[in-house]
Amino acid sequence: MENLLIIILVLMIIAALAAIHAKDLISAVIAQGFVGYGLVICFFLLKAPELALVQIVLETVTLIIILAVIYDSSMKEIGEPIGKRDIVTYSLSFVLVALFLYYFNKAIVGLNPFGEHTLRMSEMYVKEVLELTGSANLVKGVLWDFRGLDTLGEATVLFTAAMSVLVILRISGKKHQLTKK
Amino acid sequence: MEGMSIIVKKIVQLISALIFVFGMYSAIHGHINPGGGFAGGVLLSGAFILLIIAYGLDYFKLKQQTEATSIFESLSILIALLIAFSGLFAGSLYFFNNYLPAGTPGSLISGGLIPIYNVLIGVKVAATLSTIFFALIIYKEEIRR
Amino acid sequence: MTLYILCFILFLVGVYGVLTRRNLIKIVISLTIMEFSVFLMLVLVGYISGGLAPIVVHPEGSDISVVDPLPQTLVLTAAVIAVATNSMVLALAIRLYKKYGTFDIRKINELKG
Repeated sequence: MENLLIIILVLMIIAALAAIHAKDLISAVIAQGFVGYGLVICFFLLKAPELALVQIVLETVTLIIILAVIYDSSMKEIGEPIGKRDIVTYSLSFVLVALFLYYFNKAIVGLNPFGEHTLRMSEMYVKEVLELTGSANLVKGVLWDFRGLDTLGEATVLFTAAMSVLVILRISGKKHQLTKK
Repeated sequence: MEGMSIIVKKIVQLISALIFVFGMYSAIHGHINPGGGFAGGVLLSGAFILLIIAYGLDYFKLKQQTEATSIFESLSILIALLIAFSGLFAGSLYFFNNYLPAGTPGSLISGGLIPIYNVLIGVKVAATLSTIFFALIIYKEEIRR
Repeated sequence: MTLYILCFILFLVGVYGVLTRRNLIKIVISLTIMEFSVFLMLVLVGYISGGLAPIVVHPEGSDISVVDPLPQTLVLTAAVIAVATNSMVLALAIRLYKKYGTFDIRKINELKG
């Protein structure tokens, strides 16, 4: 189980590096799709069927949206002659990555090892969801009863994102039509 | 964007209806099965996106559809808010009060208000993703002309 | 512990992509990879070996151990938000492409004004 997860994660890391270093954008999008569907398999193995169901559809929608954006633009990756500025950027990013990894190794000490999680806070949720709400799916009981305000905030962010997409894309479209006539 | 060939159109006609029905099932049965409002909503918007890709843009009047989806989006979250507020007037006084009886867990009518919230958030997620996709496609089409 | 460190390495790949790439679409892809690693980390922390999925089939036998439902709830809402905000960034990207004719952020910075 744990070894299988390690294999899938290593494949996901390789696919992520391939997505970042791909020569044209279509192969980058396909490699990103590999990372997303690997995440779906990880969710299935970790006993989270809801997340797997959401993620497998969302990944497809994301791929379609990115492909619709780059549909008739130049699909080529920008050629990169490595200049002085690039050397500074690369070295800075490597230093930052090494620093992050060092502090993550320090911070991970407080976590339980994999598979030995103790239900501290959600013990109450697991015990009482069934009596208090009657929802057999514990995730939905937590989502819509104990943490309803969180979900409301999520709906607000979703609404704001959709409205800002409309504002960014639609107004100029109307103006463009008017000037054409 | 133009439509695809007749084979693709026919198959999409059959499949998108099935995807739509599965999305509705997933949203309604969210409190007893894996699925629920989020997965159901994304499936519903996926059915629409599949139809648009197969049939092309000229087949649909997308501008009116975008207005309709943004109305659905606002209306569903408004109804959810009103139901959440109605908990203040029924029983004990707090927000998101689940005042309907819990029922027997595992049957379809159980969980109090949770199935209603699931259906409403399903409509909202479907409308949001469809709005975003329609806006992108209309913009691409307009700068092309 | 190996799994946690691998998951964080996936996050660092995303950080590296955001810092060094010049193409706007590549930056969005790197952001998506960072989001994926955060989701995976949350679900990994909540896993209990031998636990079942958090859906109660038989209410009588309530002593069956289930995995933690709280991280799954948080990830469920975050996954949908991630797609919406990413498409907002993509909308900004195609507006910039319309104005400057390129996805290269360094060229856009030079052409500004």
